[in-house]
Amino acid sequence: MADRYIEPDSPELRARWGNFAWTAENAEKAKDIVSRYPAGRQRSAVMPLLDLAQRQVGAELNTQGWLPIPVMEYIAAYLDMPVIRVVEVASFYTMYNIAPIGRFHVQVCGTTPCMLRGSDDLLETCKSRGMKKGHISEDGLWSFTEVECMGNCASAPMVQINDDNYEDLTSDRLNAVLDALARGETPKAGTQDPARHTVEPVGEPTNLVAMITENHDYRSEW
Amino acid sequence: MPKVKVDGVEIDVPNGATVLQACELAGKEIPRFCYHERLSIAGNCRMCLVEVKPGPPKPQASCALPATEGQEIRTDSEMVKKAREGVMEFLLINHPLDCPICDQGGECDLQDQSVAYGRGASRYDENKRAVTEKYMGPLIKTQMTRCIHCTRCVRFSEEIAGVDEIGALYRGENMQITTYLEHAAKHEMSANVIDLCPVGALTSRPYAFEARPWELKKTLGIDVSDATGANIRIDARGREVLRVLPRNNDDVNEEWISDKARYMVDGLTKRRLDKPFLRRDGKLVAASWNEAFAAIATLNPGSSIGVIAGDMVDCETMFAAKKLVGALGSTLIEGRQTGMDYATDSLAAVNFNTTFSGIETADAILIAGSNVRWEAPLLNVRLRKAVKRGAKVFLVGPEWETTFGGEFLGEDLSVLGNLPQAVVDALSNAKRPAVILGGAALGRGGLEAGLALAGQFNLVRDLEDGTKWNGFNVLHMAASRMGGLMLGYAQKGGIADLVAAKPKVLIALGADEVDYTRFAGSMIVYIGHHGDKGAHAADVILPAAAYTEKAGTYVNTEGRVQWSDKAVFAPGDAREDWTILRALADAFGVTVGFDSFDQLRDAMIAEVPALGSEGLADYGSVLPSGGGSAAGQIAYPIKDFYMTNPIARASAVMQRCSAELLHGEDLAEAAE
Repeated sequence: MADRYIEPDSPELRARWGNFAWTAENAEKAKDIVSRYPAGRQRSAVMPLLDLAQRQVGAELNTQGWLPIPVMEYIAAYLDMPVIRVVEVASFYTMYNIAPIGRFHVQVCGTTPCMLRGSDDLLETCKSRGMKKGHISEDGLWSFTEVECMGNCASAPMVQINDDNYEDLTSDRLNAVLDALARGETPKAGTQDPARHTVEPVGEPTNLVAMITENHDYRSEW
Repeated sequence: MPKVKVDGVEIDVPNGATVLQACELAGKEIPRFCYHERLSIAGNCRMCLVEVKPGPPKPQASCALPATEGQEIRTDSEMVKKAREGVMEFLLINHPLDCPICDQGGECDLQDQSVAYGRGASRYDENKRAVTEKYMGPLIKTQMTRCIHCTRCVRFSEEIAGVDEIGALYRGENMQITTYLEHAAKHEMSANVIDLCPVGALTSRPYAFEARPWELKKTLGIDVSDATGANIRIDARGREVLRVLPRNNDDVNEEWISDKARYMVDGLTKRRLDKPFLRRDGKLVAASWNEAFAAIATLNPGSSIGVIAGDMVDCETMFAAKKLVGALGSTLIEGRQTGMDYATDSLAAVNFNTTFSGIETADAILIAGSNVRWEAPLLNVRLRKAVKRGAKVFLVGPEWETTFGGEFLGEDLSVLGNLPQAVVDALSNAKRPAVILGGAALGRGGLEAGLALAGQFNLVRDLEDGTKWNGFNVLHMAASRMGGLMLGYAQKGGIADLVAAKPKVLIALGADEVDYTRFAGSMIVYIGHHGDKGAHAADVILPAAAYTEKAGTYVNTEGRVQWSDKAVFAPGDAREDWTILRALADAFGVTVGFDSFDQLRDAMIAEVPALGSEGLADYGSVLPSGGGSAAGQIAYPIKDFYMTNPIARASAVMQRCSAELLHGEDLAEAAE
């Protein structure tokens, strides 16, 4: 996160994104989002709209998308709020990319459960494939960030790539996923452990085994 | 009125008070960084931790905790001491130890509080955070590594100034305070964030590395850059005024001052008139005082003499000049330099009667002919407060960027006689309606039209709570205006009467906005402090003292009488204005009845008793009926906020502000 910076404002950036406007489809969506908030509180829509704008930029660039300064200004004007407040929000949340991003945004979780289950190997794997934290790889394919907990601790270690989570990874499984993405395929999201469907216990349940045959909970149904 | 116990002492606190305020009422000092009386509560510095029972068994942030009945608050327990030490240690983790080269040193909250509440030493030996410097314009110098993220500056610009230009980017340890894309802060009150900053992150750029606070002599003064009469503290070292800071006065300026009031003081050392000059063969030649008075003594004006007072002179100077020409048999005195000729029979009709603190409570306000942001930035802050409380504001005049919304009704004075129905409804239904007439709306029948509105909407009334309400206001721009009007500095036809009288000698008291070509036949004696427009037209220049160099009485646009002290001596041969006028009396061979400043002041108070007591002068609440019709396109008199008076025009800082902030020039930053 320390590597986050706002892409500086430049004439080239203005030329490329200065005339950003909603596509017809997104204009509808934006209107719908704004209408969810009470009159006079339209500013509350800044977060969904930033996401929408990031996705529109992403669709144009075939990446996860990012938020150039002119796009943030467009949102500020759209919601009639000061630009600095939009930039504050965009720079606070790491899910908004505030600098250009590669085709795939590889976010490796490095928090304790993932680390205990081997996220260091994943980081090493990424590094060996030429990824560098906060940078886009030379082929423009990979952006790489180490992130904090993504809430998939039951299937640690995990990696989030664009909108999908890949869980139960090992170095080999991650390589397989990345290779498939590089080939243009769409690997199955979720757990990569062939023995698992989702985050059910691996093998026999070890916790709450007594509950399998009989309900010991205070609720009648469990 | 909840009863709480602070360190074992039971006290009553007002409803809605916080625990911090309760502790202050009990006389306990609570250290704080983010909490500020005039800003919203943020609760993010955690320095104000106290122990409160009942409550969780841990220290609580007192600034954000309401005081409730039966609370037991401890500010002296071991837990509180430890908590403060802990918070202070965390704050100092990323704060550089550069106090010796920091301009805040000696008046730094962090420095003082770490001595009072911190541990003796740090246990942190990792690398400290470093943050790149941010550009915030020609007035604010930043050193963001020192920032402790109290967000006072962000809250000031959003809540008080009303211009969202400062924000906090990124998060956590990486949080950075900056203006949008590092543009310069463009608000007229922007430099107040320097006073708010509890550390040395935002410091004064013009004052950078000039002095330490303990070297400065502090004098209480009154600002003369506009007619609001902000209370200031003049900090001087030796003979030079180094900076001006606001003083607290809830009735006038709260604790803010405009950037012009704060930063025009470097103009006090530039373009100064420091010796007398005489015009010989069309050229101004330096002379001694004796030569100057000898030359004046030969003029023999008799009663053919007039006085024009400038915008920044004090009442004593004006009174002394009035006495001088009075002794010669003339009453030709005028202060409205630009030729205004509104009626001054009733001073209540040309006064800001609602008062600044009163206007906050108005619920419908009509502003005519005033760009308030430039003519009285401090009033603009009050208007914003009024709007936040629900006031409706309507404006007549060319559009300017208000910080409080408001509806522009048109650019012509005739709108006053023909208000839209919605405005009429708003003003008639309001409990506390107010009308503010700016300088641009006083002429061409505007004042009379405004007074007619006062009658129509019953602006002078008794409120339900028994207090009196006077909603008729005139907003002046000159610090000397109300004092001048009280002393009779107004002719019926304005300055045209002086032109028509063709006085043999015209005394100009720091008058720099007058069209002197109309006085081609007069000997112009300029008594002032800067070589500005007035001095260029003068035949005799007598160097006088600026507002920091003399004691004086000023009356602000509310009719508030305030006294200012002398901070430094005038440079060179310049003398205080009243001594020059006293010496002129000798040169003209008349007596004026005073030989010392005290005698002068006593004589003035004897003539105008209201000038003898600090506070609002009573002009009565009876307004003339007004009437007639006003017409004419409104044009605001101030074209450049930073260049409105000779001191500001001489100031390099103000020139730079004007060029960079108003005219968009890109000035290269010199390498530091």
